[in-house]
Amino acid sequence: MAAAKLMDYDKALEMFEPVLGFEVHVELNTRTKMFSNAPNPANEEFHSAEPNTLIAPVDMGLPGALPVVNAAAVRSAISLGLALGCTIAESSRFARKNYFYPDLGKNYQISQADEPIAFEGSVEIELEDGTIIAVPIERAHMEEDAGKLTHMGGATGRIQGAEYSLVDYNRAGVPLVEIVTKPIIGAEHRAPEIGKAYVATIRDIVRGLGISEARLERGNLRCDANVSLRPRGQEKLGTRTETKNVNSMRSVERAVRYEIQRQAQILADGGTITQETRHWHEDTGRTSPGRPKSDADDYRYFPEPDLLPVQPAAELIEELRAALPEQPVARRRRLKADWGFTDLEFQDVHNGGLIDEVEATIAAGAAPASARKWWTGEITRIANTQDREASALIAPADVAALQSLVDAGTLTDKLARQVLEGVIAGEGTPEEVVESRGLAVVSDDGALIAAIDEALAAQPDVLAKIKDGKVQAAGAVIGAVMKAMKGQADAARVRELVLVRAAE
Amino acid sequence: MVSEITPDLVRHLGVLARIKLTDAEVTQLTGQLDAIVDNIAKVSEVATDDVVATSHPIPMSNVLRPDEVGEPLTREQVLQNAPDAADGRFRVTAILGEEQ
Amino acid sequence: MSDIIRLNAAELGAKLAAGEISSVEATQAHLDRIAAVDGDVHAFLHVNEHALTAAAAIDARRAAGDSLGELAGVPLAIKDVLVTTDQPSTSGSKILEGYMSPFDATVVARSRAAGLVPLGKTNMDEFAMGSSTEHSAYGPTHNPWDLDRIPGGSGGGSAAAVAAFEAPIALGSDTGGSIRQPAHVTGTVGIKPTYGGVSRYGAIAMASSLDQVGPVSRTVLDAGLLHDVIGGYDRNDSTSLPDTWPSFAQAAREGATGQVLKGLKVGIVRELPDSGFQPGVASSFRESLELMQAHGAEIIEISAPHFEYGVAAYYLIHPAEASSNLAKFDSVRFGLRVTPEGNATVEDVMSATREAGFGPEVKRRIILGTYALSAGYYDAYYGSAQKVRTLIQQDFDAAFAKVDVIATPSAPTTAFKIGEKIDDPLQMYLNDLTTIPANLAGVPGISIPSGLAADDGLPVGIQFVAPAREDARLYRVGAALEAVLLDSWGAPLLDRAPVLRSAQGRTEGAR
Ligand SMILES: [Mg+2]
Ligand SMILES: [Zn+2]
Repeated sequence: MAAAKLMDYDKALEMFEPVLGFEVHVELNTRTKMFSNAPNPANEEFHSAEPNTLIAPVDMGLPGALPVVNAAAVRSAISLGLALGCTIAESSRFARKNYFYPDLGKNYQISQADEPIAFEGSVEIELEDGTIIAVPIERAHMEEDAGKLTHMGGATGRIQGAEYSLVDYNRAGVPLVEIVTKPIIGAEHRAPEIGKAYVATIRDIVRGLGISEARLERGNLRCDANVSLRPRGQEKLGTRTETKNVNSMRSVERAVRYEIQRQAQILADGGTITQETRHWHEDTGRTSPGRPKSDADDYRYFPEPDLLPVQPAAELIEELRAALPEQPVARRRRLKADWGFTDLEFQDVHNGGLIDEVEATIAAGAAPASARKWWTGEITRIANTQDREASALIAPADVAALQSLVDAGTLTDKLARQVLEGVIAGEGTPEEVVESRGLAVVSDDGALIAAIDEALAAQPDVLAKIKDGKVQAAGAVIGAVMKAMKGQADAARVRELVLVRAAE
Repeated sequence: MVSEITPDLVRHLGVLARIKLTDAEVTQLTGQLDAIVDNIAKVSEVATDDVVATSHPIPMSNVLRPDEVGEPLTREQVLQNAPDAADGRFRVTAILGEEQ
Repeated sequence: MSDIIRLNAAELGAKLAAGEISSVEATQAHLDRIAAVDGDVHAFLHVNEHALTAAAAIDARRAAGDSLGELAGVPLAIKDVLVTTDQPSTSGSKILEGYMSPFDATVVARSRAAGLVPLGKTNMDEFAMGSSTEHSAYGPTHNPWDLDRIPGGSGGGSAAAVAAFEAPIALGSDTGGSIRQPAHVTGTVGIKPTYGGVSRYGAIAMASSLDQVGPVSRTVLDAGLLHDVIGGYDRNDSTSLPDTWPSFAQAAREGATGQVLKGLKVGIVRELPDSGFQPGVASSFRESLELMQAHGAEIIEISAPHFEYGVAAYYLIHPAEASSNLAKFDSVRFGLRVTPEGNATVEDVMSATREAGFGPEVKRRIILGTYALSAGYYDAYYGSAQKVRTLIQQDFDAAFAKVDVIATPSAPTTAFKIGEKIDDPLQMYLNDLTTIPANLAGVPGISIPSGLAADDGLPVGIQFVAPAREDARLYRVGAALEAVLLDSWGAPLLDRAPVLRSAQGRTEGAR
């Protein structure tokens, strides 16, 4: 595919106003599927099943099979709707979306059309500099996922050039909630960042609710990004493209930026934007055209005759509302105040995706400042060198234990960093690493005094200077003692003792 | 309501419904559908705005299933009627044609 | 002809319970009958090779002293629209030739559990689209009363099997009259239960909001016995009613005393005048009403102004839902696959498969349904048709405020000749004129034989319709009229059917 010409980003923003929209599909982690009692592969427990082993008749469209709605999926969808500030519909209904595709067992997807379970909401997102933006939500509706196609015989598993494809229906029928935003206007140059922050916020919300594994790399959360441009001063929205399945937060940011630059160049050259779906390519950082929208996209929606309306009782809605966790932005506001962090300190934690870790470390007994220092400092540094997630390296309880050893004087900062390495290397808890590596501070004065006396004896000129009141000369002796102690001594205590022994 | 069933429309419906239609079938269906549609279009005479639609003859709601795992089909059962299968999965010909 | 096959299911059940006949004998007698006459009738698409094994198992349970239901050991014919684990299920279509289901339809599972012996799968219009069984991909079924005539449809196979004494009872499905209209033309009994009264799980869907499974039999009591077995709540069907139902066999037995006719208010529809029916049908209907009147029933004219829109609404809702339900037949997971020459894509394979695998009527309805749902037409067609359902329900509500049941002829004509209407879909669609309103409104309907048409000597049925959930009322009224008619005839109507030529020595009666 030939690379599209891209306009300089700042120039694009001068000429055009970007309008965004997002459709995020959330795979729910219920134990069973949306419409069958087959195990749900989006639940951790069944994640690694063999192909075509998590299937009930309706999931593969067997003749005579019928769908029955999963009550837990409805609860999750209502909770999510509430967390998005939506109104929960008094009556919502499933519809059939008809189209043929080999991964779709019935050749229709059971979704919701005119009567979604939740509508008209708003969700606050926080940008890297702490700016808070309200993203308007149009609707959140329940539907089912399709199966998985593997393209064989062509290059790199792509559909283009494949000789044949294999279908696994395990994922068919996985419960989804699709969250659709209204057009997001006024994003301006921050559009890419807004995309990233929005998806991060949805992830935080569904994690907080515990309704999805929320792992983007596994497709538990999938984002379609709609981008259109309109010339400055124009009222009417431009033609949009829909970039499909952008599966990391960073990709959302890159894809939005790319589409702005690509569309701006086309428009500036006098071209028109085709309304189409596009595919994001992580490797090249580009989007490529998928199917253009056409007459063939006549989905012939009609109410699903095999299912009845879902009319959640007011008591159920209130029960789920009462059980909602704090909104991510509100929570962050509260934690920042509780912890007494400056704006910069808090953004450091937030941008590093370390709020949960810091919170847990504090809960395990560490002071906020120490917890922050460990996570955004040494642990992040090691994570970067190992190309891993900081949260995957060490448990918050171990970080708190490490800090408590420092607070007790058992470890110096320098020793503590060595212990941290040991814990990350899997050598055990901080206490165990201290033990096995023999890293504790020597706190036995007798041993220190012996070493001090030896050093003073070896450096009589220094001893004389100290006796003359030139206290700063003690440094040389302290250095020698610390060396003799292999660093496992508290330098301040050594200094005190040096002055005492020199005076005698 | 005037129905305009044309051969092109019938051909398009064939594509939507994934039924390859011969020219003879298109011609025959165009005539038959036109007659049928003329006949059934009369539903709109009485379907005024004040009439609510009935999609289920016996009104019910909230028919829900507890989130309890049942016995899934075995892979053998899943694949037992498959026209073609490989590696425990259904096999289909290329999804895109050469020119795509 | 063996005496066993002349027995009604209730009589046969009693003899099985008394140990006078074994289930193996009863099953063998019906298999013999199938072998003898089904070459001409062609009611069966498949004869169950495991039938005698199943019969022997019931005999063994009985010998062991198990407590068994009234129909235990009685053979049962199953419409091929119902999926079965031990026999192929094709719904009368080439696209499903040889298809084996990994699960049983709920009604089949319940029948097995009650000890009924699956005898085979019966012929039907392809995917139940038709009123004559001529649209079966496996050739038409012939009416036992006149082999040149249709047995009705779509469930012509089940009705013909019962009428030809190839099975005492059968399962059918009724979307617009597919149980009742075949009963009408074959001199048998058929009931479409209240929508949701019998599970649809495992019935290959045609029009989900209209489909109902129901019993096919020679007597009202037999239908009630089978309905008791197959009916009731099923958690696998979201539209299944959670109601507790009375015994329909009990209702039929109560009705047979004839007391129910005293003071019964029977509605007749002003908008369905005699002139709309074949004279022999209209006069048989009138005679039945007079007989009921003579036994104390009151005939009251009611108005159902929207019934005339029923056929139109039906032929929108039905194809629309069917076009979606039949999309699953795409060659990927099961069924036929046709791969065209050259570099065919999946889309080409699907289109070629569906072209080759579906018959003309199925294609016609899929295309029609696709049109009715497509962008720009939905409101005018599908949306309006659903409003007509509301209006027809309102007609029924108004009528049932005045009467206990509504009576109509079960169909406009007696059995027509095979081939007579096959090229005229609109004429064919009018067959279901009187049966369709019950499907649209979800209310129950029964057809029982009212006699033979004076003009052509062929069977005629009378239909009764009751309010939703009042299926038991139909069994009472149906059994009452049945008893009165039987009295007047002196013998069952089917005794007047011509004797079928027995093809002795034919080893394979069915395909
Ligand atoms: Mg979408
Ligand atoms: Zn979706």
